[in-house]
Amino acid sequence: MRRLGLITAVLFGGLLAYATPDFPDWGDPRSPASTHVSPYYIQNSLADTAVPNIVTAVLADYRGYDTMFETTVIFAAGLACLFLLRNFGPRAVESRLYRHRPTGITLRIEQGGDLPENSAEFERIDSQWVPYDLIIRCAGRLVLPFIQLFALYVVAHGHHSPGGGFQGGVIFGAALIFYALSHDLRSTLGHLPEARSLIVAAVGVLIYVGTGVLCLLLGGAFLDYAALAGLLGVDPVMARSHGILMVEIGVALAVTTVMVSLYYYLATAGRLDEGL
Amino acid sequence: MIWQLEIIILVLVVVCAVGALAVRDLLGAAILFGAYSFLMCLLWAIMGAVDVAFTEASVGAGVSTVFFVAAVFRTSRRTRD
Repeated sequence: MRRLGLITAVLFGGLLAYATPDFPDWGDPRSPASTHVSPYYIQNSLADTAVPNIVTAVLADYRGYDTMFETTVIFAAGLACLFLLRNFGPRAVESRLYRHRPTGITLRIEQGGDLPENSAEFERIDSQWVPYDLIIRCAGRLVLPFIQLFALYVVAHGHHSPGGGFQGGVIFGAALIFYALSHDLRSTLGHLPEARSLIVAAVGVLIYVGTGVLCLLLGGAFLDYAALAGLLGVDPVMARSHGILMVEIGVALAVTTVMVSLYYYLATAGRLDEGL
Repeated sequence: MIWQLEIIILVLVVVCAVGALAVRDLLGAAILFGAYSFLMCLLWAIMGAVDVAFTEASVGAGVSTVFFVAAVFRTSRRTRD
């Protein structure tokens, strides 16, 4: 099987390498891609949408319909992981570990024992026990606000610099995953429970589609943000810029929560009780 | 751009890709795959596709490496083939 895979990989790799010289040169101004629609975007996107970053303008405005379904694909991937990985089955209660906060002593409570759940003095810790590390916790707590702020900056500043809803959402999701890694999964689940996370993902997709429908209701075409001009109180060009921001926020919400839910399912094998 | 730098990065990309496939330890493969993504991100940035580079850095090198490590944590660390 391994040999067969190697032969296939070498064969297709050779085929791709053989076909590569037929492509136009990198950055060739006479290649079909550079002569067909690119000049229109380069010449008109700033005047059309008031967005200096052409990539953002193309992604969220000219090709907004395409990006809407990309967001839907991410949402569908999150749902698919829910159905594949989530384990709702009854869970055998094995022994659990608790730390007594004032003394730092670790207790193991066997099956059938009295569990000090909801006690301020006892803190539950994972059965695959990671030693309590003050440095990692404090460093995590220090760095986290800056990562989250940067994620928001990437979402909001996607008009002017590289970035946008997708990248900002991934960074925000990574910040929440980082919180789970530096503390434990239960503290992240306390801030963003599974159900809330999936609802927010759906709301993100809904914001995107809702913006499109709003344009439709206001007399424009679907996802034609210029129709929002009257509602936002700006001229049609700025309305397209603001419309891009609206859909980027939707994308960011969906991507953040889907990333976090994927982490929940993978790290806990679908049990959502304890993990990395 | 400096072509020597591009050659070095390209060679490292191939080394990381082959290493990620060949290595028996799946945790090592996940880390090598992260390194591969980061080098690809550098290549995108060199070629001027900054948005793609940004996505590659955040998704490929960041979150997907964590997903791989989490999956290894919950399954087995050794491959059978």
